[in-house]
Amino acid sequence: MRLPYYPGCTLKTTAQNFEESALASARALGVELVELPRWNCCGTVHALAKDDVMHYLAPIRNLIRVEEMAESGLVDEKRVVTLCAMCYNTLKRANAVVKEDQEKMQKVREIMERENPYGGSVQVVHLLQVLRDLDWSKVADRVERPLKGLRVAPYYGCLLLRPRGFGIDDVDNPQVMERLLEALGAEVVNIPFKTKCCGAYHTVQMKEVVAELSHRILDQASSAGADMVATACPLCEYNLGPRQEEVKKLFRGFAPLPVVYFTQLMALAFGLEEATGFEQNDPDPRPALRARGLLKEES
Amino acid sequence: MMDDEVEMVTIYVMGKRHRVPAGLTIMKAMEYAGHQFRRGAGCRGGFCGACATIYRTKGSYKLQGALACQKIVEDGMYIAQIPFSPAEKKTYNIEELRPDAGVFLEYYPEIARCLSCNTCTKACPQDIMVMDYVQAALRGDVEEAAKLSFDCIGCGLCAVRCPAEIVPYNIGQLARRLYSRHIVGPTEHVLKRVREIEEGRFDEEIEELKTLDREALQERYETRERRL
Ligand code: SF4
Ligand code: SF4
Ligand code: FES
Repeated sequence: MRLPYYPGCTLKTTAQNFEESALASARALGVELVELPRWNCCGTVHALAKDDVMHYLAPIRNLIRVEEMAESGLVDEKRVVTLCAMCYNTLKRANAVVKEDQEKMQKVREIMERENPYGGSVQVVHLLQVLRDLDWSKVADRVERPLKGLRVAPYYGCLLLRPRGFGIDDVDNPQVMERLLEALGAEVVNIPFKTKCCGAYHTVQMKEVVAELSHRILDQASSAGADMVATACPLCEYNLGPRQEEVKKLFRGFAPLPVVYFTQLMALAFGLEEATGFEQNDPDPRPALRARGLLKEES
Repeated sequence: MMDDEVEMVTIYVMGKRHRVPAGLTIMKAMEYAGHQFRRGAGCRGGFCGACATIYRTKGSYKLQGALACQKIVEDGMYIAQIPFSPAEKKTYNIEELRPDAGVFLEYYPEIARCLSCNTCTKACPQDIMVMDYVQAALRGDVEEAAKLSFDCIGCGLCAVRCPAEIVPYNIGQLARRLYSRHIVGPTEHVLKRVREIEEGRFDEEIEELKTLDREALQERYETRERRL
């Protein structure tokens, strides 16, 4: 199955380990994620103002590219797969707005002018949804090195779930990452804050706000005995991971906790260790993985 | 065709009406109408980017961009020159930079404001995919940004139209510098030529050229290819 894949800027810069591990594990399951030959920034934030047509151009342009790509026969479907939660959210919501609001769609078309008109035939999904549709038994069958004994706390954040109606799963109690981790042989650690905000863009101007929010989430995971947190969003990964430097300054006695992308754990369980990219995570998750005997011993 | 039979068109230069022969470039038409170019003209061949011009044609709301030395006048054209586009030029030491997205965000952080509106691409007289090279830079694809912007002549039309106030040509130039310095690296034939210049291989020829008068220089220019 060849599906169109929209990476987004972060996957090409600071979250390369997310991309590499995702492409490799999807391929292992027979899902070829084919990158859009031409794409631009997703638009980063969904425009809430009703008359803000300008901010629809970026996401809709990408959806036009998906239609063009499907027409040229590069992929089998118009279900475009995202990895970054922010890209998922922005593309998904812009798609819904223009499909419903013909007037807005028309305005977008007129401003774009040179592009083929958007036919509205694209469906925006997240890789977690693709995996769920495959069936967890298929994922479990592919596991070569079960993540036995590894205690992982799934963390969703906001953009994969909210607003209601746009999420990939139940807005209050999502289960898709839990099912995946179980299929990989890991032990799921449930934390009530799994859907709380990490502080998002406050990380630029107000590090302390983010440090406080991250601390609440991480502290809960540590207290519940998690070895690490799994996420599906580069911004959450950054706020919960590298931002622990700030957490340490604010909360004495805070013990660092690794934060990884769910795809890295998937690659590891599939025996694709070379595609995991754990060396790019901060704090380093490798000691915890080694302690559970999940990494090949260094020669 | 007799001179008085030449088809004439009407153009408006900065609002003033002129009758000029059809078929002229904007630059020649303006000179025909009595303008003298002190700024806004250079190579006259579509290479230097000095002659950026904006115009509207009769019955169209579209504001278009062109090079005055290339674009042929149309009847009812409203024309204004943009001989200079104000933009800050950052100084950096290319040796010290790393070819990634961080460099662009450090020197030109406004690129993160790009709306993907494509206005820059529509304005470009070189038919460059300007939006696409700005976007490539934003995601750290230096090679793509360098290749897509290769034909940029720095006319500035994209920069005056960008609603996010980005100066695309500065981004493209930085991308090409990063690409040639850090990704391809200095090539042997360039290094060889630089060595030759430093060793004074062309000094004598240059000194001789300096002594020639206009006619002799012209003759040299016209026969340059034969003498190679
Ligand atoms: S990219 Fe911009 S500066 Fe370069 S040629 Fe095109 S419009 Fe002119
Ligand atoms: S005109 Fe400016 S905002 Fe629009 S696509 Fe070009 S660089 Fe981006
Ligand atoms: S004068 Fe040089 S490009 Fe027009």
